[in-house]
Amino acid sequence: MKNMKIDKRITLLCGHYGSGKTNVAVNLAMMMKKQYDKVTIADLDIVNPYFRTKDSSEELARAGIKLICSEFANSNVDIPALPQEMYSITDDTSHRVLIDVGGDDRGALALGRLAPKIKEENDYEMLMVINKCRPLTRTVEDTLEVMGEIEFACGIKFTGLVNNSNLGEETTAEDVLGSLPYANAVSKATGLPLVATAYKAELHNELSDKVPMPLALTLQDKIL
Amino acid sequence: MADKVLMKGNEAIAEAAIIAGCRHYFGYPITPQTEIAAYMAKKMPKIGGAFLQAESEIAAINMVYGVAAAGRRVMTSSSSPGISLKSEGLSYMAGSDLPALVVNVQRGGPGLGGIQPSQSDYFQATRGSGHGDYHMIVLAPASVQEMAELTVKGFELADTYRMTSMILADGTMGQMMEPVSLEFDVKPAPEKPWATVGTKLQRKHNIVNSLSLVPEELEQLNFERYEKYNYIKENEAMYEEYLMDDAEYAIAAFGIASRVAKNAVNEARKQGIKVGMIRPITLWPFPVAPFKKAADKVKAIISVELSMGQMIEDVRLATECKVPVTLCNRVGGMIVSPEQVLEAIKEVAENGGAK
Repeated sequence: MKNMKIDKRITLLCGHYGSGKTNVAVNLAMMMKKQYDKVTIADLDIVNPYFRTKDSSEELARAGIKLICSEFANSNVDIPALPQEMYSITDDTSHRVLIDVGGDDRGALALGRLAPKIKEENDYEMLMVINKCRPLTRTVEDTLEVMGEIEFACGIKFTGLVNNSNLGEETTAEDVLGSLPYANAVSKATGLPLVATAYKAELHNELSDKVPMPLALTLQDKIL
Repeated sequence: MADKVLMKGNEAIAEAAIIAGCRHYFGYPITPQTEIAAYMAKKMPKIGGAFLQAESEIAAINMVYGVAAAGRRVMTSSSSPGISLKSEGLSYMAGSDLPALVVNVQRGGPGLGGIQPSQSDYFQATRGSGHGDYHMIVLAPASVQEMAELTVKGFELADTYRMTSMILADGTMGQMMEPVSLEFDVKPAPEKPWATVGTKLQRKHNIVNSLSLVPEELEQLNFERYEKYNYIKENEAMYEEYLMDDAEYAIAAFGIASRVAKNAVNEARKQGIKVGMIRPITLWPFPVAPFKKAADKVKAIISVELSMGQMIEDVRLATECKVPVTLCNRVGGMIVSPEQVLEAIKEVAENGGAK
């Protein structure tokens, strides 16, 4: 079975809020760091003040990955601010960049400012993270609706899908396998390739040869 | 997998409200409960319901008053500062005996405070919140599943007793994600012959009002309302007891604090300390019975709270001060750690309960 491969300079991760974008993003950054010297992860979430890339700042710093993030993330105030360093995403082309975009169309709005330059450079992948277990993206139709809204808000079209269907800690191999028909149906309906099937690392032995483009998520969210 | 979804606590409340037959939501955004409004904005138009973002919290609660008076299941939600604004309306609703569901996803206070979780609106929720002699039924979920279940229960209790039910959650409960099963039996709303839905010229018109011009009548209304409250105290208190059978010490904790405390209880048991936990699920009516029982057998009780010590007063009242009750707390958006609670347990155990 083939493994996920990203050869574009910029990777955008979008999706419905709570689909697991941030978790996939930090794991992809760790993966990319093995391949490239200069890797940046940029948190452009203007919707949710909690559960940010910053949660993993220690791990990212240890791995030598640069983090661009609003100073207000995870603070005691809810200020939908963008980091000023965001312009280095398109200005400094020596870095491989993962962009963790905020949820839904409201989150994707923040991309509008960068979109012209990203499209001009034309070396990007824009991935939709999908999770069948989330209440507002349980069906193909609902997922397509969210995708359309995100594309309209940011002005960039999707190039691929990441199936990250999960029930959090309780996720079983059956849950992931059960989401494959849904992921395939979204892929078929959009004509977009499924570039990864993500799951928590504990399920790797059970799943690695049963799902397309497996991606084991070793770095997990901290929970109570 | 088909029967479970991964939901934020806030989303679970919104979806459960829809399942309970609520088709009217009025609110004003505030972190950390905004996902309730966002979910309703997305869902209500698709199912023939009404979502309205009001111009303020005060407007929203008065819209709730209107729909409740018309006999429909209705809700609003906010976080601490917003609940303060709604409190005038909550008092008017109590004075008019109107059923509704109000959600408070608490944040650190007082004032604007901050957006991190807290339980410091306990007094506000259990002692009325607005002016006058009244109570709300206050439900304190400790998991995303309970956020959903108690929302349904809240609507049912509100209709049964013609009262406001409040879900008293906190920022963590609102934001955390857990798998949820959304299959529950919902009791349909009872007949509401008092509702102002038009007489069709076939009956005397109904009046929904909290103004009384005759003091003797107003006094009588208050007496009757408190008879109802006494009935509720006897019949509707809900709680969970954890390892209390042989407990020599007890933790009192609700909501997110009880989840942290449970870990500390388990660790203390491993270390040979016989400690249990009483988790109030209804904060009003406060579950007096399990505390009364505990007061005759435990040596001390520790109230674990994300406040400066509010529930501790109810614990002392319920135990009639027969045993020492100490406080283990964090505030301002900080959360107690299992280690901190474990330390508190050890300290009490070393003293054999004596203060």
